[in-house]
Amino acid sequence: MTDAEAHAPHAGHAHQFEGMEQQQEADFLGIWLFLVTEIMFFGGLFAAYAIYRWLYLAAFEGGSHILDVRLGAANTIVLLGSSLTMALSVRSAQIGNRRALTWFLIATMILGGIFLGVKAYEYNQKFVEHVVPGLDWAPEGDTLARLAPGGLEHGQIYFFFYFAMTGLHAIHMVIGMGLLLWLVIRARQNSFTPHYFAPVEVVGLYWHFVDIVWIFLFPLLYLIGGRY
Amino acid sequence: MSEQIVSQKTYVMVFLGLIGLTILTTGVAFIDLGPFNTIAALAIAFSKMLLVILFFMGVRHSSGLVRIIIVAGFFWLALLIAFTMADYRTRSWTPAPDSWSTTAPPTHP
Repeated sequence: MTDAEAHAPHAGHAHQFEGMEQQQEADFLGIWLFLVTEIMFFGGLFAAYAIYRWLYLAAFEGGSHILDVRLGAANTIVLLGSSLTMALSVRSAQIGNRRALTWFLIATMILGGIFLGVKAYEYNQKFVEHVVPGLDWAPEGDTLARLAPGGLEHGQIYFFFYFAMTGLHAIHMVIGMGLLLWLVIRARQNSFTPHYFAPVEVVGLYWHFVDIVWIFLFPLLYLIGGRY
Repeated sequence: MSEQIVSQKTYVMVFLGLIGLTILTTGVAFIDLGPFNTIAALAIAFSKMLLVILFFMGVRHSSGLVRIIIVAGFFWLALLIAFTMADYRTRSWTPAPDSWSTTAPPTHP
């Protein structure tokens, strides 16, 4: 047993499990059950989106064309990059490379921070363009011209979906950032060994799930009706 | 799943595949394909999701129990969307009787 393992608080399996393997299986089952509830949580919004997009397609196309595709695509790549560093974090934990684990976790946090920064800039743009439903809804000029064919009130519905879906996603990102910080601290304390790194894997699965939500949000919000 | 150590190269290849699909879905949006624009966007998003689930989330190596839970989750989501859309799309097939459409609230003697 190495020094790190001797000092790790969870060097062995918890007493209710027969062994490490069973404990790991329970860990995965637990996080996946949680993620399934998350699928249904976001699923309600996706189902509502599907109905309103079908009812007010012209308004949704108009609203979609106000968003900046370049920022959306760039942010998709940033988030996919954070998923790569997250997967590499788990791999570093598997092979017991604590330095690499810490740095990959920090890289994941930096990429997540860039994503949230771009998102904040985009939200600010919505206030500049006065397309924030309820708070600041007064589209003018080009923006008005894009929204007019579908009806202004229906355009407002599109932006309600935009803020609700990206907002819920961003809240998940913020929670993920907090979890990553906790992992960095624990990694620095030598809590993880090649035999025990379940927290890294579980947070990793959560992070990848949040990435998958964005994989669908990008085409559904930014690419409606083609941009030609 | 934890016992399987996947090479860094595999993760990087999957990442490059995801970047390629992101560029593809953005590019396709600028070409007029009619209704196939939406189908293409969803098909590409679905492929990207599969790559992330199978490789990054390691479901390639997970147990049958975990897989059943994932499939059940998506099945329930499909039910939610399919039944809700079926309701909204067929409402106009059987219009409500004229007597239901009065704007004044019903009066009781």
